[in-house]
Amino acid sequence: MRIGETMCNADRRTIASRAVGLLILLAGVLLAASLCTASTPVNHQVPSIFDPHSTPAESIRHLSFFVLGITGLIFLVVFSLLSYVVVKFRSRVGGAEREPAQVYGSTQIELAWTVIPILIVAVLFLATARVIHGIQDAPRPAGAVELTAIGHQFWWEFRYPELGIVTANELHIPVSDPGHRTPTFLKLLSADTDHSFWVPQLAGKTDLIPNRVNDMWLDPHETGLFLGQCAQYCGTQHAKMLLRVYVDSPEDFNAWVREQQQPANQDGKEAAGRHIFESTACLNCHAIAGTNGTGRFGPDLTHLMSRRTIAAGAAENTPENLRLWIQNPDAIKPGSLMPAMKLSDAELDALVRYLETLH
Amino acid sequence: MSSDAIAIQPAEAAGRPWVETLHEWVTTVDHKRLGILYILYALFFLVIGGIEATVIRIQLMRPHNDFVSPQVFNRMFTMHGTTMIFFVAMPVLFGFANYLVPLMIGARDMAFPRLNAFSFWLTAFGGLLLYFSFVGGNGLYGAGNAPDVGWWAYAPLASRAFSPGHSSDYWTIALLASGFGSIGTAINIIATIISMRCPGMKLSRMPLLAWLNLVMSGMVLLAITPLSAAQLMLLVDRYLGGHFFDTQGGGSATLWMHFFWIFGHPEVYVLIIPCFAFASEIIPVFSRKPIFGYPVMVGATVCIAFVSMSVWAHHMFTIGMNSYANSFFTITTMAVGVPTGIKIFNWLGTMWGGKIQFRTPMLFCIGFLFQFLIAGLTGIMLASSPFDWQLGGSYFVVAHFHYVIVGGILFALFGAFYYWYPKITGRMLHEGLGKLHFWLFLIGFHLTFDLMHIPGLLGMPRRIYTYEPGRGWDTLNFLVTIGAFVQGIATLVFVANLIVSYFKGKKAGNDPWDAWTLEWSVSSPPPVYNFASLPRVASRRPLWDLKHPEDPDSRYE
Repeated sequence: MRIGETMCNADRRTIASRAVGLLILLAGVLLAASLCTASTPVNHQVPSIFDPHSTPAESIRHLSFFVLGITGLIFLVVFSLLSYVVVKFRSRVGGAEREPAQVYGSTQIELAWTVIPILIVAVLFLATARVIHGIQDAPRPAGAVELTAIGHQFWWEFRYPELGIVTANELHIPVSDPGHRTPTFLKLLSADTDHSFWVPQLAGKTDLIPNRVNDMWLDPHETGLFLGQCAQYCGTQHAKMLLRVYVDSPEDFNAWVREQQQPANQDGKEAAGRHIFESTACLNCHAIAGTNGTGRFGPDLTHLMSRRTIAAGAAENTPENLRLWIQNPDAIKPGSLMPAMKLSDAELDALVRYLETLH
Repeated sequence: MSSDAIAIQPAEAAGRPWVETLHEWVTTVDHKRLGILYILYALFFLVIGGIEATVIRIQLMRPHNDFVSPQVFNRMFTMHGTTMIFFVAMPVLFGFANYLVPLMIGARDMAFPRLNAFSFWLTAFGGLLLYFSFVGGNGLYGAGNAPDVGWWAYAPLASRAFSPGHSSDYWTIALLASGFGSIGTAINIIATIISMRCPGMKLSRMPLLAWLNLVMSGMVLLAITPLSAAQLMLLVDRYLGGHFFDTQGGGSATLWMHFFWIFGHPEVYVLIIPCFAFASEIIPVFSRKPIFGYPVMVGATVCIAFVSMSVWAHHMFTIGMNSYANSFFTITTMAVGVPTGIKIFNWLGTMWGGKIQFRTPMLFCIGFLFQFLIAGLTGIMLASSPFDWQLGGSYFVVAHFHYVIVGGILFALFGAFYYWYPKITGRMLHEGLGKLHFWLFLIGFHLTFDLMHIPGLLGMPRRIYTYEPGRGWDTLNFLVTIGAFVQGIATLVFVANLIVSYFKGKKAGNDPWDAWTLEWSVSSPPPVYNFASLPRVASRRPLWDLKHPEDPDSRYE
């Protein structure tokens, strides 16, 4: 009758010791993992959702600790029960011939483990609903900065309609002082496929969906650079659709605004390069204020040199990288929609020299 | 009931030409053979999907890796997801349902044997069509040949403007074909369970496996239908000038999301409910006790089925729904936790006071319980919509649903393989290899998917073919890849066990586990007609009654 019995008895002790060994191993692995994340210097380079610097991200962290606490407690209780059952009720050598008492159920116990979870769910829901309302239905204070973010394959366009600024990939917003709040409200649009705006330390993500207007807000409390990237698969180069948000002090922000509002450099020193820009396909996609280039498929280049990176954060903004990017975009970002421009070396040099003047 | 009803000898004559055997298998309408075909087909695609996962993991092993190009990487994760859901998980579960349901309810075959065969071949050709895209799906420049739009194929990425060529069409038509196959099988399972039960087997006496497959089939009907409708609409958009999802022509991208996820979320339960069924059969036998709270288990499953039809938009918390919609889908999603919790507690109640035997099927079921618990709890975190605004679309979600699909579904499935392999082949799987498989897979699984949560918390989005160094993701991704390799090795041990034991395994006999349901009353493998004379049952555990005439279940039910 009991075919499984002999095998089972022999293996019982080894199973218990293996289980303990496995648990130790797991704990070790988790510890090592947390150490190697913890040993990374604490800076904004690690876009951790548990290191927020903006009101919406902070209230999400607050909620997440609550949810983690409750789920952690549930885990401890059920895991202890499971471990207890596995150890305590393993079959023993002695009474192996007899079947255990056949129990079919218990209404009271089953009622208990139905009602308690319902209560837990109710508490979790109420806590969550409060945060949903707090973030989604937040009023706009008078000092708020308004801007429009437009997702493109595979870069970000930022327009500040009230300030008359158009830029790309690197967002500048003012820090919000609790005494005088200047949160930033973003209107989110898409020019082609779905994208998602995610800078974990500033706010949760919101999608940019074509033919639909979404919005979100940031309320940063600390200056500095915050990293993020597109979080909704949008095509070949989804991975290199990076996002940099500079949170500036009010003075720095105003200086940046003034600089961006200037017309493009018109000193005529690099007329050859400018001529190449104006007489090739560049202007189909790119705009430089003051030239005949008004394209909108690619980033606005009027103040290209005010940005630290090119190709949506894929490369640093250096003359070498600019040259390589124009010559062969696939070398930096294979599958990007920027075509290789097939210019001669002399033309490339002239064009890069011209772009270098666009401060 | 008659347990000595096994007079029919299998008509297999040795030394027949292989063409004849092949012909028999291709034209078969026998539920057991179709079940085996489903399972073998799924195992084949499991290996393919596993190779795709390996490519993904090698590419992500370190930042700025260039093992594959972004185009290839995007095809890999699209094909990996599509393959694993539609051509591994669905067929293997249908395979077990096909094989086991008639045997467990005392029937000689499914209600519609020819529909059964038709459904299998539709699904099979669906998978072949999908993979034919690698050869036949020539896209325009940059479009790739295999589909590269993600397994959700979100609009408008799958429209002609962004997915030229035919790669997306292969995806669409493959899913349409296999979807019809799934609907056929679901109808068949429902009809079989409703009308083919043996004398005495009231609905309240059915094995839980039959009950849960009944619920699963009902959900398939409700879930696959909108998916098929959406595929047809996408085809209309792509070839007949429609604008359902064409955002440039006034269409709606979110409409596709609703269609896809009202399929996609119930689909998760379509996959996990049969695994609940495996656990509900295996845990009692190896605890030597009947299932705790049978009526509540049935009720909780039906409840999960209903509630899971109203949670789909929790996949869409980031699309800018208003606060009321987000609250609604938060509460419905959390509510699923209640019946699911009841199930976990009832399995614990089954083990409580039992005499637990740690044979390989039981080990996998205990792993399933433990991991499904964690998957459920991370699910609660994701249900809390503001938390989801951070976690959604990140590697945390990838870790969460692999916890469900690998830690839950696959572990229960492995348990089912070890448990029913003796019935299907007549030979036991090797116990030592089985335990090696279990422990290796357990270690690999936890190394991969425990750690995979963390990069998500540190801001790593999913579906990126490479990432920037210095964001705290590097070491974790490296370890995750190592874990993936350990799982790969464990899977090879499993496949080796399947093959070796088929030829060299210990003879199983009718009832190697001393179990209680009807399939163990017939020979292993069962004769063509299953039961020479239809059994008559008086309780949920007919074989218990037979083995314990002094204390039968029928006295208490």
